[in-house]
Amino acid sequence: MNWLNVCSVSDLQNDSGICALVNGEQVAIFYVKNTVYAVSNFDPFGNANVLSRGVVGDLKGQIVVASPLYKQHFNLATGVCLEDENVILPVYASRIENDTVQIGVTL
Amino acid sequence: MKTKPTLVVIGNGMVGQYFLSQLAESSLKETYQIVTFCEEIRPAYDRVHLSQFFAGKTADDLSLVPEGFFEQNGIRIHLNDKVISVNRANKTVSSEKGITISYDKVVFATGSYAFVPPIIGNNRPSCLVYRTIEDLEQMVAAAKTGKIGTVVGGGLLGLEAAKAVKDLGLETHVVQFAPRLMEMQMDDAGGAMLRHKIENLGIRVHTSKNTREIVAGETCVNKICFVDGEELETDLILFSAGIRPRDELARNSGLAMGARGGIEINNQCKTSDPDIYAIGECALWNGMIYGLVAPGYAMARAVISDLAGEEAHFTGADMSTKLKLMGVDVASIGDAHAKSKGAIVYTYQNGAAEIYKRLVVSSDKKKLLGAVLVGDASGYGTLLQYYLNAIELPENPDSLILPHRSDESVGLGVDALPKSAQICSCFNVTKGDICEAIEAGCKTVDDLKLSTKAATGCGGCGALLKSVLNSELTKQGYEVNTDLCEHFVFTRQELFDLIRVEEIKTFTDLIEKHGKGLGCDVCKPTVGNMLASQWNEFILENAHVGLQDTNDTFLANMQKDGTYSVVPRITGGEINPDMLIALGQVGKKYNLYTKITGGQRVDLFGARVDELPHIWKALIDAGFESGHAYGKSLRTVKSCVGSTWCRFGVDDSVGLAIELENRYKGLRSPHKIKFAVSGCTRECAEAQSKDVGIIATENGWNLYVCGNGGMKPRHGDLFATGLDKETLIKYIDRFLSFYVRTAERLQRTSVWMENMEGGLDYLKSVVIDDKLALCDQLETQMQYVIDTYQCEWKTTIEDESKLKRFRHFINSDQHDENVIFVEERGQIRPANDIERKHFRLTEVA
Repeated sequence: MNWLNVCSVSDLQNDSGICALVNGEQVAIFYVKNTVYAVSNFDPFGNANVLSRGVVGDLKGQIVVASPLYKQHFNLATGVCLEDENVILPVYASRIENDTVQIGVTL
Repeated sequence: MKTKPTLVVIGNGMVGQYFLSQLAESSLKETYQIVTFCEEIRPAYDRVHLSQFFAGKTADDLSLVPEGFFEQNGIRIHLNDKVISVNRANKTVSSEKGITISYDKVVFATGSYAFVPPIIGNNRPSCLVYRTIEDLEQMVAAAKTGKIGTVVGGGLLGLEAAKAVKDLGLETHVVQFAPRLMEMQMDDAGGAMLRHKIENLGIRVHTSKNTREIVAGETCVNKICFVDGEELETDLILFSAGIRPRDELARNSGLAMGARGGIEINNQCKTSDPDIYAIGECALWNGMIYGLVAPGYAMARAVISDLAGEEAHFTGADMSTKLKLMGVDVASIGDAHAKSKGAIVYTYQNGAAEIYKRLVVSSDKKKLLGAVLVGDASGYGTLLQYYLNAIELPENPDSLILPHRSDESVGLGVDALPKSAQICSCFNVTKGDICEAIEAGCKTVDDLKLSTKAATGCGGCGALLKSVLNSELTKQGYEVNTDLCEHFVFTRQELFDLIRVEEIKTFTDLIEKHGKGLGCDVCKPTVGNMLASQWNEFILENAHVGLQDTNDTFLANMQKDGTYSVVPRITGGEINPDMLIALGQVGKKYNLYTKITGGQRVDLFGARVDELPHIWKALIDAGFESGHAYGKSLRTVKSCVGSTWCRFGVDDSVGLAIELENRYKGLRSPHKIKFAVSGCTRECAEAQSKDVGIIATENGWNLYVCGNGGMKPRHGDLFATGLDKETLIKYIDRFLSFYVRTAERLQRTSVWMENMEGGLDYLKSVVIDDKLALCDQLETQMQYVIDTYQCEWKTTIEDESKLKRFRHFINSDQHDENVIFVEERGQIRPANDIERKHFRLTEVA
């Protein structure tokens, strides 16, 4: 796995998301309780690249984002949709190294 | 082949129509060929609420006949045609227009007429009665040239008529022969309190007045001369001195009549001819004419049962009534005059609040025999159930009328009601019926209304219906959970109170003190919205930005493909050519799809998130400001062009609309709010379909509230009439503040009010009468929000740090390649799936 630098921690918004272009793919990056989560930015229900703009929170102990289009919830750690567990978002490895946000990609 | 037997219903008033509607729902519809005659030019309408005709309702609004009713049910109606004879020997009825029909059964539903006392001069000009829509139209005509109107008769109908006269803008007098108003229902003290309250409304009441004659007036059209020598100059005179049965047709047919009129009927509502029934106000049962609609309906049901071969009895009806006379609550139950032997009376009188209550109970203090309520009729539902079901009274019966000053609960729990208890008297729905409907799956009051019709007549049983529902659901093990979400075990209103009282300014603070977990997409936007309503800080501040819902986050409306639409404010829908050109130029520059909205402004679609600040920079430079189309907040104040240009306009609707829109713009609320202002009663701005609607009249502004278009259209309720601008704005300030404080999340004003215990009356008592002593607070809060208004877009583009978020990628200036437009009718639109595939193929190729 290769770690690609994406942005600095100061670019992140607490309890909220941003979108980064990583290897040609749109990755939604969320910053919750000092931890970064990264999932695909593509909303498989609304068929649009919008998930980074969803509201972040927790439901029954799972950290989730709600799609801004039709409000389905996705577990940020596993990508699983709470309303339909057959729908799973691609999840990316992510970490913070020296104030830099990194996404892991396999070459 | 034998044809179906013929059933003729004579008269299409409220009771006649109710009978037909019940027929249509029974199998009898197939058994009989049904014919009805209606002497008026329009089929049945709601005579009970006739005075609403002056409050802006039209004849169509008052209609009781659903569109297509007669056609769909195979009922033949002869409108504007009166039956003139019933030949019982040949079994035929004949009409004025020459139609003769053979009948098998006849139902008389000929109703009643207004009694005009035999006074000399009672046929002078502008001497009218109050009974039909045509009467009302004559009143309107007479009122145009007159200044003073007098109602002769101070009973129920008379006071209703007085309201109509007052609504017409005339100086209003009520002349009553008896020593008190509503002598049938009121005792002396209750009547006196009622009189006091009515007089406070500016109506002159003259009791114990015997009219000698009516002559030509000196300053008015007419002059009423009383036996005691006094005189009263008046233009319009309305007789409302009781009703008399319309029984001449039955009399001429040789049916048995009461000594003082009325068609005699037995318990099956049959007349002396077994093939002829009579129902409603033309019928005399046990020496009684019932001048109310509910007993008429009960008679109609008895006839239906009898025709169907079922055993049915009409055995009299309860004459208890509750009504609102010009904003004054009045109710009377059973033996109001305590005429029963050994009856014990309890009274409560509150001179300050102008409330009078009287209970009449049996000598053993166990049963309620009657009651009178003036000024506060909120206990009517409970008392009526005690009375009708002979439920044993609490140990101290007066606890039922004494004000509650502690937490003690004296209301009658709905569990105490037997299954047979009638909850809705308009449609005869019992508690048992409601329980059955709940077992069959009804879970909300709306479900129950649809399924049982309960609370869809006068609506008086709405609160009781809700109690039954809640109690039954709880019994079935449903938890009536009103928590906002898993993070807060509070309702929105409770959270709002916490935010306000503890001066909580951030979500983090609130969830730490009163919640648990991180929050979610339900509580975060709700709290963000409440914080904005209360403290009105910039919603994109770091502490708030993560709370905002999709649209608020980027101050624009997200569309299906992730692009946004932009709606600048165009106050009152007024825009000059330069601004219009500027708008067009922005649309052109950024290649936006443009559409005119229902709220009289322009929506620009297809803006990418990174384009939003540029678009808004251009708009703000041209003089526009945010339209808050993205927020749960005031959207638009729609207006017609008003008196400035319109030939019919009564007042400046555009001017008021602009002033109101500027006043309330930016106010965050539980849901979006729409206003409209019409310059006259033609109502071109459709104000009655808005949360707040205002219509100009000759007497000032009429305020309507809680209307709605959309999924569940609702006409707004008339809230106050003839207001000057200052009072109007005061009421709207209070109304909106109260809504913001107390509504549930995403609850429009219409549903908010429908779910409010006490409904419109309660809302009026809070906003107009300041019952909760809250109005100062409500106004202060509104003024605070107005004073702290900012254009959110202006603040945003002036702050570099806020602009960072307005890009699609944090690490690239590329655009989202999934956003693809195609052209249609000369403008862009999002590509559909097939077009996308095609686009990708050509891209790759």
